[in-house]
Amino acid sequence: MSQKITNAGRTQPNTIECLNISEKKVGLFVTCLVNTMRPSIGFASITLLEQAGCTVEVPELQSCCGQPAFNSGDDEGTRQIAYQTIKQFENFDYVVLPSGSCAAMIKKNFIEVFKDQPEWLARAKHLASITHELLSFLVDVCNFEPRGIELDGSFTYHDSCSGYRSLHVYEQPRKMLSKVKGLDHKPLNSHSECCGFGGTFCVKYSDISNEIVAEKVKNILATEADYLLGGDMGCLMNIAGKLNREGHKEIKALHTAEVLAGLAPQILGGKDAS
Amino acid sequence: MQVNKPEDFTKNVSKALAQPDLKKIIRRTTDKAETKRTEAVANFPEFENARSQGQKVKDHTIKYMDHYLAEFEKNALAQGTIVHWASTGEEASKIVLDICRQHKAKKVTRSKSMLGEEIGLTHAFDNSEMERIETDLAEHIIQLAGDPPSHIVWPAMHRSREDVVKLFREFHEDPTYSEEITDLVRSARRDLRNKFLTSDIGISGSNFLLADSGSSCTVTNEGNAELTITPPKVHIVTAGIEKLVPSMAHAVPLLRLLTRSATGAEITQYITFHNGSKRPNDADGPQECHIVLVDNGRTKMLAEGMEEMLRCIRCGACMNHCVVYKHIGGHAYGSVYPGPMGSVLTPHLDSLEVANKQTHACTMNGRCEEVCPVNIPLPKLLRSLRAQSWQKKYEPLTNRFVVQSFAELAKRPRLFQLLSSCGVIFMKVFSRKGWIKYMPFTSGWTRNRDLIEPGSTTFMHQYKKMKKAKSGGA
Repeated sequence: MSQKITNAGRTQPNTIECLNISEKKVGLFVTCLVNTMRPSIGFASITLLEQAGCTVEVPELQSCCGQPAFNSGDDEGTRQIAYQTIKQFENFDYVVLPSGSCAAMIKKNFIEVFKDQPEWLARAKHLASITHELLSFLVDVCNFEPRGIELDGSFTYHDSCSGYRSLHVYEQPRKMLSKVKGLDHKPLNSHSECCGFGGTFCVKYSDISNEIVAEKVKNILATEADYLLGGDMGCLMNIAGKLNREGHKEIKALHTAEVLAGLAPQILGGKDAS
Repeated sequence: MQVNKPEDFTKNVSKALAQPDLKKIIRRTTDKAETKRTEAVANFPEFENARSQGQKVKDHTIKYMDHYLAEFEKNALAQGTIVHWASTGEEASKIVLDICRQHKAKKVTRSKSMLGEEIGLTHAFDNSEMERIETDLAEHIIQLAGDPPSHIVWPAMHRSREDVVKLFREFHEDPTYSEEITDLVRSARRDLRNKFLTSDIGISGSNFLLADSGSSCTVTNEGNAELTITPPKVHIVTAGIEKLVPSMAHAVPLLRLLTRSATGAEITQYITFHNGSKRPNDADGPQECHIVLVDNGRTKMLAEGMEEMLRCIRCGACMNHCVVYKHIGGHAYGSVYPGPMGSVLTPHLDSLEVANKQTHACTMNGRCEEVCPVNIPLPKLLRSLRAQSWQKKYEPLTNRFVVQSFAELAKRPRLFQLLSSCGVIFMKVFSRKGWIKYMPFTSGWTRNRDLIEPGSTTFMHQYKKMKKAKSGGA
């Protein structure tokens, strides 16, 4: 019996899959520290995501991921913040944050406060499944490699705790930074030991935090690197603030995204990167 | 030394931070412990397997706690051990002292047990007519110094060699004048040897209670538990009910985890399973054996959803890897159990109201959970205790106000954005050459570090302007 060849039952071919066009629609959650303290990280994120083939949108109605409330034990406050974050971001293909701790908050902790609300729990779980920390997203999802970026000098890397332990961000930034011409890596002793930031911890227990960051600074200075890089504004502010208080101007703290987007010379030259 | 209280945590911390050498002394032990643990785990490829096995054993036993407790009691009674039940620490401590008094004991030897500390046994003996003799070397040191333990595995880690030299010269009958460690150990041995042999009653803790045999397991490096237990006429075990495991086969994966996590050793010098009193053909052993099973808040933890904490095998890895513990030391916590595991346990042993601050003294960096041999989610448990104190309003009013106001703003993004812009303008007023050295309301930050200057305007402001320009230009 001859078989009739038919298209019936087959799915429609995706016409753009053979072209180098991505359909990744990314919602960028800039985070409150980047929004107020270091806008250049937000712009660097957009640049990198676009280079990686994503369409980036920054929803206007965003605020905070809710960590201060969550870590203080204020579950109701956390829920109130989470409601609107979920509404703002759940319809993107991906949600990306230039911060390990804020990304981990959405990915791991939102579900903790919705245990008794099945509908919101499902929505929180969906949001968690599409949420990524920027540097790991660029490598793991977009297979991105920076091109044509140069920066002379050496860097040491501080792995922020949430990124490192909750989200397993470790290789990705190092892999991308190895493609930056002129930039050497000087490994940091105790690279994954907490810098003492801890959100509200650093003001609540300022003196303990101070002892911890002082030790971190010692380890960083011992590398004799020119740049301290990391993926979390909180840790970077803490360490940079301590470096400056102790008078160490020789080492500059930068977010990895700023370096990868080629903004470092501009920032170091004191210009606003936008 | 004066014993710290958990409710004075902030004061205790200041006191600890003011001791310049303390941090160095702690680091000397904890950093070594970290390295040795890392090596031990690297040389134990089945570590992850053992870890989930250990967790399963613990979870299973906790789930069927009633069954295994009954089985343990039956089998312990069958080998002639007298079983006592204590629902509180005071009750447990009273049972122990009553047994000692019945035997008209004058001297009791004790091998290191954190549960003994928990139920206030040291204190109870010191307030009695009986002499308490600590036989673990580190416990011996802190007994001479009058200190409480500062770590659950190395209780005397806060004391330097110079301190020990001084203490031994002052208190030992035949002291050494050398400062060599081996000579110091010999000096302690000379002092303790006779006491072991003349003790009326030996008291020990237990690392594991085996339900199917009614026996108790001790893990030591000095052999002092064996010498505490064997020579005297009476042996008393005090143990928390969470020490139960179904059988020896179940204790083995936990033993492998315990020694590696605690000291990085594959095994300790002595692991002994004690099976009740001396039998007719035994060469030695106590004539009478008691075991005091202590609840002291454990069943309440089970009822309150804190059962994961009952997995704890007291290895101390969480505190060895805790960046806060490393800087403030064990005494600052003001409780028997310090560090991450202590911050979860103390609210249940004392109360959340007095030990609330400890649950907040954590950066949530997750290292403790990463190294815990039985996968206790310590940061999650600490956070759940914070949620309880938030509901019970134990948090200082100013903290509540700040956190609540921030949450109120964060749920109104437009207002949040507006105030962020205002915040940037405000900060600009105080910034000089890219840095803020001082600013009102931020002393917690600027007391110890500078604050970077914020962006010229917020990201959102710049982004909207850029988008407008783009669409205008198109």
